[in-house]
Amino acid sequence: MKPETRNSKLANARLDLASIRERLASSRGQEYWRCLEELSDSEEFHKLLTQEFPQQAAGLLDGVSRRDFLRLMGASLALAGLNACRPASVDEKIVPYVNQPEQIVPGRPLFFATAFPLSGVGTGVLVESHEGRPTKIEGNPNHPASLGATDAFAQASILTLYDPDRSQVVRNAGRISTWSAFLTAVNDDLEAERVVGGGGLRILTETITSPTLGNQLRQLLAKFPSAKWHQYEPVSRDNARAGGRLAFGTDVNTIYRFENAEVILSLDADFLFSGPANVRYARDFAGKRSVRQGKVGMNRLYVIEATPSVTGAMADHRMALRPSEIPNFAAAVAAKIGLAVQSTIDAQRFQWIDALVRDLQKHREASVVVAGDGQPPGVHALAHAMNQALDNVGKTVVYTNPIEANPLDQMASLRELVKDMESGAVRILLMLGGNPVYTAPVDLGFAEQLAKVPLRVHSGLYEDETSAYCHWHIPETHYLESWSDIRAYDGTATILQPLIAPLYSGRSSHEILAALLGRSGETSYDIVRNYWKGQKIAGDFETGWRRAVHDGIIAGTTFQPKSVNLKAPSSNWFAGSPSVSETRNPKPETQNPQAEPGRSLEISFQPDPTLFDGRFANNGWLQELPKPLTKLTWDNAALVSPKTAQRLGLSYRIGARGGEHGRVFTDLVELRYEGRSLRAPAWIVPGHAEDCITVHLGYGRTRAGKVGNGTGFNAYGIRTASAPSYGTGVEIRKIGTQYTLACTQFHHSMEGRDLVRAAALEEYRKNPDFAQGEHHHESAGSLYPGFKYEGYAWGMAIDVNACIGCNACVVACQAENNIAVVGKTEVTRGRELHWLRIDRYYKGSPENPETFHQPVPCMHCENAPCELVCPVGATSHSDEGLNDMTYNRCVGTRYCSNNCPYKVRRFNFFQYADFATPSLKPLRNPDVTVRSRGVMEKCTYCVQRINGAKIEAERENRPVRDGEIVTACQAACPTEAIFFGDINNRDSVVAKAKGDSLNYGLLTELNTKPRTTYLAKLKNPNPEIKSD
Amino acid sequence: MESEPLNKSAEIEAVHPVIEPGHTFASVTDKISAIVLTQKTPRFWYVGFGISFLLLMVLLYSIAAVLTIGVGLFGINIPVAWGFDIVNFVWWIGIGHAGTLISAILLLLRQKWRQSINRFAEAMTLFAVACAGLFPLLHLGRPWYAYWLFPYPSTMGIQPQFRSPLVWDVFAVSTYFTISLLFWYVGLIPDLATLRDQARQRFARFAYGILAMGWRGSAIHWHRYEMAYLLLAGLAAPLVVSVHTVVSFDFAVALVPGWHSTIFPPYFVAGAIYSGFAMVLTLAIPLRKMYGLEDFITLRHLKNMAEVMLATGLIVAYGYLMETFMAWYSGNIYEQYLMWNRMFGPYWYMYWALLLFNILVPQVLWFRAVRTNVVALFVIAICVNVGMWLERYVIVVVSLARDFMPSAWGRYSATAWDYGVFIGSIGLFFAALFLFVRFLPMISIFEMRELVHDTEEPK
Repeated sequence: MKPETRNSKLANARLDLASIRERLASSRGQEYWRCLEELSDSEEFHKLLTQEFPQQAAGLLDGVSRRDFLRLMGASLALAGLNACRPASVDEKIVPYVNQPEQIVPGRPLFFATAFPLSGVGTGVLVESHEGRPTKIEGNPNHPASLGATDAFAQASILTLYDPDRSQVVRNAGRISTWSAFLTAVNDDLEAERVVGGGGLRILTETITSPTLGNQLRQLLAKFPSAKWHQYEPVSRDNARAGGRLAFGTDVNTIYRFENAEVILSLDADFLFSGPANVRYARDFAGKRSVRQGKVGMNRLYVIEATPSVTGAMADHRMALRPSEIPNFAAAVAAKIGLAVQSTIDAQRFQWIDALVRDLQKHREASVVVAGDGQPPGVHALAHAMNQALDNVGKTVVYTNPIEANPLDQMASLRELVKDMESGAVRILLMLGGNPVYTAPVDLGFAEQLAKVPLRVHSGLYEDETSAYCHWHIPETHYLESWSDIRAYDGTATILQPLIAPLYSGRSSHEILAALLGRSGETSYDIVRNYWKGQKIAGDFETGWRRAVHDGIIAGTTFQPKSVNLKAPSSNWFAGSPSVSETRNPKPETQNPQAEPGRSLEISFQPDPTLFDGRFANNGWLQELPKPLTKLTWDNAALVSPKTAQRLGLSYRIGARGGEHGRVFTDLVELRYEGRSLRAPAWIVPGHAEDCITVHLGYGRTRAGKVGNGTGFNAYGIRTASAPSYGTGVEIRKIGTQYTLACTQFHHSMEGRDLVRAAALEEYRKNPDFAQGEHHHESAGSLYPGFKYEGYAWGMAIDVNACIGCNACVVACQAENNIAVVGKTEVTRGRELHWLRIDRYYKGSPENPETFHQPVPCMHCENAPCELVCPVGATSHSDEGLNDMTYNRCVGTRYCSNNCPYKVRRFNFFQYADFATPSLKPLRNPDVTVRSRGVMEKCTYCVQRINGAKIEAERENRPVRDGEIVTACQAACPTEAIFFGDINNRDSVVAKAKGDSLNYGLLTELNTKPRTTYLAKLKNPNPEIKSD
Repeated sequence: MESEPLNKSAEIEAVHPVIEPGHTFASVTDKISAIVLTQKTPRFWYVGFGISFLLLMVLLYSIAAVLTIGVGLFGINIPVAWGFDIVNFVWWIGIGHAGTLISAILLLLRQKWRQSINRFAEAMTLFAVACAGLFPLLHLGRPWYAYWLFPYPSTMGIQPQFRSPLVWDVFAVSTYFTISLLFWYVGLIPDLATLRDQARQRFARFAYGILAMGWRGSAIHWHRYEMAYLLLAGLAAPLVVSVHTVVSFDFAVALVPGWHSTIFPPYFVAGAIYSGFAMVLTLAIPLRKMYGLEDFITLRHLKNMAEVMLATGLIVAYGYLMETFMAWYSGNIYEQYLMWNRMFGPYWYMYWALLLFNILVPQVLWFRAVRTNVVALFVIAICVNVGMWLERYVIVVVSLARDFMPSAWGRYSATAWDYGVFIGSIGLFFAALFLFVRFLPMISIFEMRELVHDTEEPK
């Protein structure tokens, strides 16, 4: 319709004066009218009014003249003005805040329980909400996967909520559209499908454990019986599922009880850091390593892995094997345990395999063998068989029903989908979440086949690579914006409750599926509630529901252990994993590297320690989070061992600006694998397996958003469906140019300084004071009497023995304290702002070093060197022993940083804090100043939390209780490695920790009297194994 | 044995008097005032001033950028939170030492040879201190609050934190600047009166007249003048020692290995005088040549300054030696690592270049032939200037780059903005100096007249 005709039609519409009079008479309150058309309330006028843009605006894209455009814009602006004049107050009630909502006291946060979903599995969290806006994630102590702690991903997920790059509107072929337009458009196609039973309808989801969502999908499949539900997760647990089926013939969910395990053998399993229960496992594991408070024993951890991992760094004995060698190793161990498995390898190559087996056998019922998700199903099956043989089942290993709503082989499922798309069988593809165009194995040609589907719909938090291929993009609600439910690693279900109304016009997967089911009016709340109404919740539903929402767990939903029957180990467990036979080939070390420049290596694909599968690519906190061990930020790299690097002639150079604390130039290499190639910066990692390259997924995004675009390289570009976790036959070639990597700690060695003090358990038993050592410095005498800390004296102790270096504390600190993201360039200049850093040191040979983690916050020295050099007194000591920063007094001489021997002070060299982006404003913790340019900042021991607790205590006229103040880092720590409290209170946990013989201070010889102290690290090596 | 060197030095004094013979009161006055009043401004002045002015513009541009965008434009980071800014500050302050030393201490010691070089040495001091003062201001994260370092009556009752050496710096440097300015100006007054009397143009007469503050040269004037000058000299003398001592406290008070050292105050003062004299030589040699002032700034002056350089250079060398010795002797692993890092760490070339320029090259000054060779002196003076800058770089940057926690080690490299401000400050220095030689007598006229009087007497 041409604009002219439309306008004239409006003008020519007959005015029904009688009805106008009638309407005026019946109206209440003030009612203004602009024109008779409005007054007549004609349908045409309404249509024009309610559409944000006149329909003709779409015609602009068809090449209408500029004159038309201006005319239309003028018209729509004028009408928008009219719209705004509507007297909304007449019939819609707005709520003034003077009627205070129940429980909301301005300035006092509320906490709501929900769960953080990752790969479909939930970790219970409590979300801090300030006047209705969520600001911080904490763990839910009641939730089995959390026990009060979280991982770095959960901590950072709050930033994703407020990410300004999130998708905000429904888009149709890239143009802004509406939800109702989507429904209208899809409806016809769905109707057509319905006739044929949904034969052309495909739904692709990620792993789903949500009972409600599973139920909805089943309903959908019932409505469209021929439709198919596919699942694909790039970091999949296919191997674990398949391993369970191999071993037991049925799908199982394996739960480890590390709290009962004395001896742990990890076969490439990074159970402390990744996987659905990593937080819980880390807690259980660390609990068995503490020798304090009367505990005497320590567990012993053996780790066989290719890529140095957080778990490997904790190992008492670690062996670096290429991924393809690990099945052989597993088979050798199994054979020695007494299983009927053929091991084809020379077990003598693995020096301590006999000692390991004896140790496992000595600890029947208290040992556990864990297989990594990257290992083939056979290794998982073997691990199950070994656990059975060692009588661990029921003690350290428990099996339950699978937690997934529909467990299946996801890679096979995706293959089937791609095949169907290729054959043209798919007419509607609905992708709920996920980003398969980016994450799907490259050899499947997902994007190419996707283009053959006539109707492609994608919902997601971002308009990502997949959205670009789709007709419709629906913005998805963040988990903090919508109702849902989810299961934890042990089946415990949690109701996800929204903390905030959707910031944008997001729709949850529940709403999308409801719409497809023809119930588009239903809200997520109704859907979830109605589902659980149908389930057995103890007692009356309303009470049970309220309790479940409040507690963050639904009582009685935890899966009960089920008994399983192990099948006899068989050789076909390893069918389809060619790697076993390949390791029989002679070791390649003997060959001349010069003669063979592009020699074949193994490649291992790993989820990124900070970006996971790429879904967090636009999360600045995670991008800037130094990865455990490598300390890289903003990039991934091709990780190789020092020897392999030497052989390949790979080199690096430390940049002059930033140096070891920021800038390293490394060789760019080209990886050739199965006919595809990839360019990546090489990175040397001590302890990496020889002749193997590790690449991390999740980088090289093109449509991640402003933060994530163009960081790193896309390892999916060479990842194939047949070998999603590792493969052989990679060729590596130096390109000849170098690449700048931002590495926050390049120096590996402690330089003989006693920063992390460690000993073997035996040594500790002989000399419990080893941590004091020769460096026992009683405080140097002073002519002046020291300051007497009466009242509170805040202090912290960090148990290096428990710290696994997982980074949860670092992000927790960032979230709590409004710490800005500075970007890659600034990190390469040594200017990142993290108040808490985790130092990583190596000891021993670069082939297989010992690794130490040491979280370093501000030491809050009693004799703080920073304080006396500040010319304006911007940093000063409180009478409770805190080293306080007064930001608005700071002029920025940076003298304090120079004089800080621990280098924990951080400076705002530029205006790092983003004051401009509106969506980031509600993210900030209102109790913490947002720092401006030119100001020093540093760890405050979460002084806002201290003062909050003190005010509370003063109101109740009592002292602050021990444990009442929990710093952000302490709260997040999965292993409870951080203690905080009043050291004047002799009974406090922290005072007791500081009284321990393992307690020592950093650089106490400087007489700084640090309030933060450390508990020395212990290792529990097998006495039978002499040296690694 | 004893008499021979005495004879020799007497011989040199005879060969190189502090003023070449044949000058009268009138010839001295004419020669010096003519540079300002009558002589056509030489071509090299325009060239030199032009270049300096361009560099000054670079400075202004860099300052504008740093103020608007942030101090992050510099190469500083954590752990090296001080870089070129503080290096340059200490360097300029050091250069600023020669002026007061020559004016005040040598005056009190009645060293006549100072009289022909004190004027521009003082001017140099003033401009160097002005350049130095720029850096602590600019290096602040929030320079607009720099006044918080002064104990002004704040409505919030907040005072500076007096335990901080930076506050001491503020007092030391501002006092030094004030005294230097006063000293210079008071010393100028009789000469300004001379210029007023000699000037032909109305404006020049007016301007010099205002500046001369009514000086008529009466006996009372001279009496009071001499008193004031002596008193100011007495006030300024301790400042020569105190300023760089306080500047050295910036480092010595901190606990950074390589900074935390009791040797710093004397070693810094010696270094400052060393670099100050090097700068006076650097300026004097071309100036006397360009303006034909060889009669007033004679080889004797150059030789004396070379000897001061040699002496202070040896003190500095002793400082380096002791630092190294103490690092070893202390048994402190951090100090030991620091020395190792200076010599063989990533900045090794800085350290060895510093030893070359500051210690090795100036040893040729032991030879009289070198001390009286103008070209050689100029080259050595430049070397010392560079060497002293490197010394500050080694102290500030190399110490900070690797201190206690290996996990926090880093490196520093200057950015274009660092160089912009540094080179720009040199521009400011020379622009001011060129204006000075153009508009004010670069050699004290009346003091030269005294010298004429003194040298004439025996005849």
